[in-house]
Amino acid sequence: MKYEKIYVSVGLNVDTEGEIRPVAIRWRNGKIYEIDKIRQKTCAASLKVGGRGIRYTVMIEGKERYLFNEEGRWFVEGKAVSN
Amino acid sequence: MNRVILHCDMNNFYASVECALNPELKGKPIAVCGDAEERHGIVLAKNYIASGYGIKTAETVFSAKRKCPELVTVRPHFDIYMRYSRLAREIYTRYTPLIEPFGLDECWLDLTGRALNEGEGVALANEIKNTVKRELGLTLSIGVSFNKVFAKLGSDMKKPDAVTLIPQKDFLSVIGGLSASELIGIGGSTGARLNVYGIEIIAELASFSKNMLNQMFGKCGEQIWKYANGLDDSPVTLRDTEAIDKSAGNGITAPCDLENGDEVWKVMLELSEEVGHRLVLYGKRAAGVVIQIKDNALNVKQWQCQLECPTQSAYEIAKRAFRLFSESYSWDKPVRAVTVRAINLVYEGEPSQISMFSSDGEKENQRSEKIDKSLDDIRARFGSDIIKNAAVLENGKIPKEKTPSVLPGGIRK
Ligand SMILES: [Mg+2]
Repeated sequence: MKYEKIYVSVGLNVDTEGEIRPVAIRWRNGKIYEIDKIRQKTCAASLKVGGRGIRYTVMIEGKERYLFNEEGRWFVEGKAVSN
Repeated sequence: MNRVILHCDMNNFYASVECALNPELKGKPIAVCGDAEERHGIVLAKNYIASGYGIKTAETVFSAKRKCPELVTVRPHFDIYMRYSRLAREIYTRYTPLIEPFGLDECWLDLTGRALNEGEGVALANEIKNTVKRELGLTLSIGVSFNKVFAKLGSDMKKPDAVTLIPQKDFLSVIGGLSASELIGIGGSTGARLNVYGIEIIAELASFSKNMLNQMFGKCGEQIWKYANGLDDSPVTLRDTEAIDKSAGNGITAPCDLENGDEVWKVMLELSEEVGHRLVLYGKRAAGVVIQIKDNALNVKQWQCQLECPTQSAYEIAKRAFRLFSESYSWDKPVRAVTVRAINLVYEGEPSQISMFSSDGEKENQRSEKIDKSLDDIRARFGSDIIKNAAVLENGKIPKEKTPSVLPGGIRK
């Protein structure tokens, strides 16, 4: 399986302490995916697509996904479409 | 109480960062090259697979590709190397505030107090190594010992992704058989001179007469004798961006002798690139430049000069360094090693003493700094026009047709 780094728009919730929490992702086709739950937040490298950042383990539509905050830009590990 | 000192060394730093950014590069022979498309570009760094083909730092891309046609060449991303360097240091600060950087990819850590003995030091070293791997995707070699010299030696003994302990008790049984020139501070020339006296390994150096070493090498002789006997007591010196180096230097030993000014200029330009980037990182400007030249008989000479205007520009530093070289070096012998060092660093914001009227030098300087600001842009901007206009090319040392259209890059020691 090949993966690619997909930068996404992210909706953020900022609390009174300035702590940020992603609440939704806008996919390339414009579809909005809500984040149901954040399971874990940690610093990590992406072994699949490269780079590193603050990694959120999030639940979206019942599936677990990694969402990375890489110095302010956000990306997910997308499955590459073979052509 | 015995000290617990770690020396953390990121393996193949530039090439590893490139692989961490682009996992498709993993498992392939990689060389980070100043100017991959030009046949005279040179190799700045490589991974273990590329080393396996006999590829050496500072050799030309042309010759590297001849050794390994499937070699993947990538351009350097200094800004990103800086970022990873900073991120690694941030991880170290979770364990101790006492961190002494040595170049971009190496640091000493003093864990005394936090680790109560060598065993705990090794356990923390493993934890640090695994954290860096998980968070940055980079591997470390860590040496654990009771002084800085042995910690550094330990980090060189097993690579990659390893922790090596040099214990205080009976350390010579672990390291006594290693070549004396493995010790930091014993370069090739000192090592060669030691060989003349029959000293090849650390155990021989340790048991040699201190007084004789003193007579042979001066203060340095006593120093290396202490190193070999585990008596280095230099502290891990806290350095942050405020107190960071009073100078920023970068040197390289060429695999083949440099025979002419063209070759030296190319190397100086590449060396200066990392110097310039470190200055940007530190927020400083250089008011002077030092060059150190070792010829192929291992004679070392050093020259320095002041800059008219303090600068962060890699190109300005390279130009001044090369002018200094051209004025000073007599070419009795070919050149083996070159170091370029920026000195007399002043803060970026510090007003420098310049004349009331903005000199051409200052304008030139500002222009060069602007040019250096954007790395992605650098190639286009370092196009042949700028290089042809450079004063350095007017001294006739470099034939016009051989104008080096080199992209500045950095070089690792
Ligand atoms: Mg290293």
